[in-house]
Formats: sequence, structure tokens, C-alpha cells
Amino acid sequence: MSTARVALRSNRRPLLLLLILPVAWMTVFYLIPIGVLLTHALFSVKYPKIDHHLTLVNFQTFVDTELYIRVLVRTVVMAVGVTLCDLLLAFPVAFWLARRVRRNREIALFLVIFPLWSSYLIRIFAWKTLLGTSGILNSFLQWAHVTNAPISFLLYSKWSILIALTHIWLPFMILPLYTVLDRIPESLLEAANDLGAGSVAAFRTVVLPLAKPGIVAGGLTTFSLTMGDYIAPTLLGGPGDQMIGKLIADQFGVANNWPLGAMLIIPVLLIISTILLLANRAGAMERTAG
Amino acid sequence: MIAVSAQPRRSLGRTALNASVCLVFLFLYLPLAVIVLYSFSAEKVNVWPIGSYTTHWYHVMWHDPEVRKGIMLSVRIGLSAAGLAILLGTLTALAIDRYAFRGKALLRFCAVLPITLPGIVTGVAMLSFFSVTGFELSNRTIIIGHTTFCITLVLNSVVARLAQIPRNLGEAAADLGASPLRAFWTVTFPLTLPAIIAGGLLAFTLSFDEIVVTLFLKGRDATLPLVIWARLRRGFSPDINAAACMIVGVSFIAVMIATVITRSSRSAQ
Amino acid sequence: MTAPISVGAAIELADVRKQFGAVVAVNGIDLNIRPGEFLTLLGPSGCGKTTTLRMIGGFEWPSSGSIRIAGADVSQLPPHKRPVNTVFQQYALFPHMSVAKNVGYGLRMARLPGREINERVAEALEMVRLPNVADRNPGELSGGQQQRVALARALINRPSVLLLDEPLGALDLKLRKAMQLELKQLNREVGATFVYVTHDQEEALTMSDRIAVMSRGAIWQIGSPAEIYERPASRFVADFIGQSNLLEGVVEQVVEASALIRLAGGAIVGAAISDGIGAHEDVLVSVRPENVFVSEQPSEGGIKGRVADVVYLGAYLRLLLDVGQARLLAANVPAGSSFVSGAEVVVTFPASKAVAFRDQEAVDTM
Repeated sequence: MSTARVALRSNRRPLLLLLILPVAWMTVFYLIPIGVLLTHALFSVKYPKIDHHLTLVNFQTFVDTELYIRVLVRTVVMAVGVTLCDLLLAFPVAFWLARRVRRNREIALFLVIFPLWSSYLIRIFAWKTLLGTSGILNSFLQWAHVTNAPISFLLYSKWSILIALTHIWLPFMILPLYTVLDRIPESLLEAANDLGAGSVAAFRTVVLPLAKPGIVAGGLTTFSLTMGDYIAPTLLGGPGDQMIGKLIADQFGVANNWPLGAMLIIPVLLIISTILLLANRAGAMERTAG
Repeated sequence: MIAVSAQPRRSLGRTALNASVCLVFLFLYLPLAVIVLYSFSAEKVNVWPIGSYTTHWYHVMWHDPEVRKGIMLSVRIGLSAAGLAILLGTLTALAIDRYAFRGKALLRFCAVLPITLPGIVTGVAMLSFFSVTGFELSNRTIIIGHTTFCITLVLNSVVARLAQIPRNLGEAAADLGASPLRAFWTVTFPLTLPAIIAGGLLAFTLSFDEIVVTLFLKGRDATLPLVIWARLRRGFSPDINAAACMIVGVSFIAVMIATVITRSSRSAQ
Repeated sequence: MTAPISVGAAIELADVRKQFGAVVAVNGIDLNIRPGEFLTLLGPSGCGKTTTLRMIGGFEWPSSGSIRIAGADVSQLPPHKRPVNTVFQQYALFPHMSVAKNVGYGLRMARLPGREINERVAEALEMVRLPNVADRNPGELSGGQQQRVALARALINRPSVLLLDEPLGALDLKLRKAMQLELKQLNREVGATFVYVTHDQEEALTMSDRIAVMSRGAIWQIGSPAEIYERPASRFVADFIGQSNLLEGVVEQVVEASALIRLAGGAIVGAAISDGIGAHEDVLVSVRPENVFVSEQPSEGGIKGRVADVVYLGAYLRLLLDVGQARLLAANVPAGSSFVSGAEVVVTFPASKAVAFRDQEAVDTM
């Protein structure tokens, strides 16, 4: 609501007053820090201090160390995998919410949203409990005489990371999908049916294309968050399942090589930005987040 | 007509849909259910079947000084971050709703960035900034970090609500002699309050639970998630389940209240 | 209430122009509104009437030009500082306040003592005949009641100027007609200058002291309802107000304020004419159907024509006549008349009831 939604004869003072605090905050505490971080990639470490002379040594290290490249690729593959799994699982729920739930939709939405708010750390930890050799799943399977010996490959492997991250980000995929699917008028599907398309064809030719912005928005979030995650690989991954997030965290932690850590972040940011730009092209930047 | 012969196919499709939805919800809630269940388990390890049930771990957790301090700190930080986020988010929301200016889309994009980019980016960026500027890491830096990604939560909530309020209410207030400040206080603010509270609650919940950014920005004290994290690294102890349930419980109440407030304010219009 | 409770202010708009981006909503209008008068801005949607009203109220700022109220330039004043109150189109009642709190809002902003506020709120609700709703919420009231609350909320502040932005649009017909008369009466009682916006020409004719007919950002004609109705000065006004026949012709001779015009079919008619139009100019002659006489008796003078259609309208018949013009001429005749399609007739109308003007696409800037 507005008193006068026009420049008051070049009196923009109210607008400036409103924005000065938030803009200052975001600039000082987010934009500038990002800048500082990125410039750190050009410094180096002369133990224990950071040498502030500009250098490309970190870039060299990154390119030369086969481990880093490998871990980066592994992270991207995991991110893609998690995104695809989330897409697969989210679609039925989003569809059901948008087109089958008439009354009490808020309750259903609450049920989807709530896990999102109930402790990321705990849920990852819960998978540890669920998937371990003496964990609940195995105990249950043996108790139900489905297996005789514990399944050990689940925990401390890339499977546990995949399952856990798919689980964690799932609401992030459901919500934008729900938003776009909700917007599709029923009459479109009826028209498709009327013109001879069965349910599957109607889905493929009407629903899917219209759902694209939601798919892209949800996929972007899922992909981006997985790219940077390191709690899951730390708690649930084996020694060979490191993801780039963990490497970066180590550089800022025990390894104390911040410049290298900053350098490692750059490919992550680049990859995410590229996907973001592509997504923008595909028109996902409509408001799909509810 | 196609409809008739599609009947059995349609109900099959419907069953398939309902079944998959059920499975997905199961998948969504299984870990939570597990945590809640095992917080009441008397066993020292998480095995199935559960031998006996007890509320013992809740007592242990509740009387654990480290956990208590963690809860206190998490609450304090959550309230501070939510409060700051409410201030900054509401100011931005008012600007976005009332004025047309270039850079509006950029502003919203920047606000949502801290939440869209992985927490590690926010964490290490702020860490390097604080270190370069000589800012000591402490609870204050945690609050700053949390506030930054909580702003967008309040922003989205308040902007959505402002869009619902008829434009002429503000004009009517001005018409009747209210200066912009008084018009805000007597008309806009009361009508927007539910959204501010809902956004604030979501901010609190997010902050209460946050681990990644907190790990990078922490000083000497530990929030509840930090306590849990430390314990998890050391090995498993059963009272962690109880602590986890506490977080889940707090989140549940907060999100529930936020949902109810938003729903009732929407229907009261 | 015998004596007016506020002093109406004069409003002067001088060459006021408003542009939204590339769209010119108000194109340099001059308007002098007399103190205490009931002036209606009338026109189709998009004509700029609401924008003009909002500029008087302070909700839009003129791109150029000046606005004076009671002699003082208010162009830089925000709405809350102007001696103006507004009744909004959808009433804009505050949903989170009771009726009493709504009505007393302006007085609270003026920081009047509580007791006085309560007294005046009761008085205001009496004035709009809603004495019993003080504690109810706006959402519980009917449209008509909400409208009166909005009125009370505005008038309680004793403004010199009351702006009304199509306030009766959401009401049903009967209520609307009743409210029209009430508003007119309130204008007399209260003494404030009323500026009213509507697209309903009947409403304007009923309520106004003067009407300013607007189209495409300009005022085409301003005058009393009688003047506007009986002496439209342009095709637009003639068409917009009531129904009018427009006959194409050329001026033969001008004598003071009247003229003889040769119509396209050959007949010569007399009509009133405004200054500045001379002989041999193309004009339109406007005459209303109710002023047209149709006779089957042949006569000198008069327009020859043929009945194309007879429409039964209950209280009268409407004849549609082919008189050699592009459009059919409409004439109202008594219900019992016995005209039939195809009959040859002669059409006449008194010169005092006809007006001639140029066929303009745009109004000259005044």
C-alpha cells in the first residue's frame, strides 16, 4: 500500500531512509565479504600468516592437484544425482498437492515444509542411525528375517550421502514444483483430453513444459546446496567420498590455508552461477518460490 | 468416449499417485520419526527392536550444563537474529512495496543469495572479512551471520502481506491528516504485524537450527547445534536424540504458529 | 443543521498536466471551481477525471501546472497537510478499526481531546443516519452503510473541499439514487466544495451545480446541467450526454448567436451557434430526439424523410428516419401516433433547441 507511488518531485528521501540500513548491512556483511573471499584466492600462505602479495599459486595448485579436480567432479556428479532423485520424488507430491488436495491445503503444505525447519544436522545424523551396520534399518531387516547379515555398503558410502541429501533438500524441490503446477488451469488438461491426449501424453505435452520454471528453480536450489555441502560427507561418507565442501572447510580449519580454500570455492561459485544463468534463460526466474 | 474406457486406467493412475505420495512422505518423515522414537529408547545404542522405553535421556539432556548453555545461547542468538532480520527485512519490504526504483530486482536477488548459495560460502566469506578487519569472532559474529540469511525470510513474508493491503488505505490515512510515519504506525503496521511475526518466527527457527555458518563464525561459546555436532564427532551418546527432539519440538511449535498466523490474517481480509 | 459547518474553498487548476511515462493522462487543463459548489468531473474511463481528482487531493503530483486551494498553492503539499478530505471508490475503511475509530481517525490525527472526538463521532454518524454502528467493524456492514461511514469519516473533519471518487458505483440502483439526493443535500448543509467524479451522466445531471465533461485528458465543456444538456458544444459532449442527433451541414448565414445551416440532404435549418464559426464552414447540428417534430403533412421548410423503423418504448415511440444523412435521425413521438415504416414525413425542430458546432477531434487548449 502506498501514499504516493511516484517520485515526490525528486524527494526520494523516504525511500533512501528506508533502504539505507538494509543496503548497508548487505553490502558490509555479505557483498564485501564475498569480495574479500575472492581476493583471498590471489594471496598465499607464508606460514602462519597470509602473505598479501598477489599470486596465482593457488590456481596452479588447484589445477595440478589431481585430487582437487577429482573431488570437484565427484561433487558435481553427486549434485546432479541428488537433483534427479529429488525431482523424481518431488513430482508426485507436488502434483498431488496442486491438483488433488482441495481442502486443508495449508495442512498438507505444512507437512511438506515442516521437515525443512526441523534441524538439518539432526536429520543427517538420523540417517547415520538408520543406515549403520548396527543401525535401525539393519536391525529391522534382520529382525524381520529379510537379511542375515548387516548391509554394510549403505553407510559411510556415497549412497548414504545421496540418500541423506535427497531427503534434506526434498521440500526445496516440492515447493516450487507445487507452485507452478498449481497455476496450470484444469481446463488445459481437459482440453488436451478432449483433443485425444491420454493422461500420459497430456502430462508429457502440457504439464511438463509448463512445469519447467519450477523444475529449474527447485533443481537450482538442490544443485547449489549439494555443491557446497560438507556436513553430510563428513558424517555419512567414507574416506573416498570427500566432497569439495569438506576440502574447503578443511582449508579454513585445520589446514589453515585460507587462500587455497578461497581458490577452491571459485569453481563451485562458477558452476553454480553458470547454472543460474542458464536457468534464467529458461525463464525460471519467475516467482516460483512460494 | 475415451473417458469410459479410461476409467480403470484412471483409477490405477490415481492409486499409483497416492501410493507414491505416501512413500515420499514416509521417506520425508522417517528420520524424524526415528529420532523421536529413539529419544525414548532405554538402549544405549540405536538398535531394533527397542527393548524398553524411558524418558531418562530427556532428564540427562536437561540437566547437562553444556546442553543448557547451548539452548540458552541458541535462544539468545535466535531472538537477536530474528529481531535484526525483522528490522532490516521490514524496511526493505516497505521500500519495495511503495516505490518504483531501478535495482529492485537486484536488491531482492542479493537478499536471497545468502540462503540460495551453500552455507559454506556465507561462512567462509564472512570469516575472511572478519579476520581481515580484525573483528573478533564471538556470539556477535554468529548473530551477524544468521541475520544476513534471515533477512529474506522476513522480506518475502512482509512483501506478500503488503501486496494484499489495498493501496487506498494508506491514501485514506494521509487524506485524514496522518503524516507518513503516523500512517505507518496506525494503519500499515497493525495490518502487517502477522506477517512480521510469521517471518520472525521462521527466522528464529532457521537460526536455532543453523550449523554450517555458525561453525565458521563461532567464538568461545557453543549453540545447541554446535554442542550436538561436537558430541556427534566424538561418538554417539543417547541423550543426543533427546536434544535433537527438543530442536524438532521448538521448530514444530514455531512453524505451526507462523502458519496459523499467516492463515488467519489472510482470511480476515 | 441550518448553518454550514465549513467554509467551502475555491479550487484553481492552472494548466495542470500529468504524464505517466509516455501516457498523458491530463493534458493541460484549466479549471476554476467556485467555493461551496458541487462540481462533477464527468467522462468515460481513461479520460483523466480520477487523475485530476487525485491531484487535487495530493495523491498524484502534477507533471506541470499549479493547483491552488483557497488561494494557496498546494502543489508541494502532501495529502495530510491539505484542507481536503476524500471519499474513496472502495471506501478504504480501515479493517482493523471499529466504525467509531474509523470515523474519528482524522480527529485523532489532529490530536483533539478524546471527549470531543467521541461527541463529534456520534454527531457525524447521526448526520449520515447511522447512529447504531459505532462499535461494529467495517466488514460487518453492508455496502451502503460502508459508504456512509466513509462519508462521515471525511466530513467530520469539516474540510473546505470534499473529493468523491465514484463513491456510489458499488451500490444498487435504488440506493444509488437515494444517495445522490442525500449527497446534494449534504453539500448545501455542510457548505464545503464538493468535487465529484463519475462516468454516469444521469448521476452528474442530477447532483451537480456544474459539470466538467472530460475526455482524453482535456475538459471539453463546463457548465450547468441545463447548459451541458441543451447546449452541447461538441460532438463528444452531445453524444456522451443523453442522446442526440448529429446532422451534417454547411453554415449559410450567421446572425448574432444563431445561424442558418444547409444540411446535406438540402434542407435549411436554424440552430444556435457559438462565436467564431462563420459562413461556409462545415458544422454538425445537434438536436435531441425529444425536440424533433414529425408530421405527415407536407410543408415548406422542414426536412423531408422516410420512416425507416418504429421502436415501441412504452411511454413513447421512437422513429428512426432516413433524411439523406449518414445516420438515421431519431425522433420521439407520442405513444398513440400512427406512423408506419416507409411513410413519407417532414421533420422540423425549433432553432432554440438545436446547436451547431464544428466536428472536432480534439479540444483546443483553453
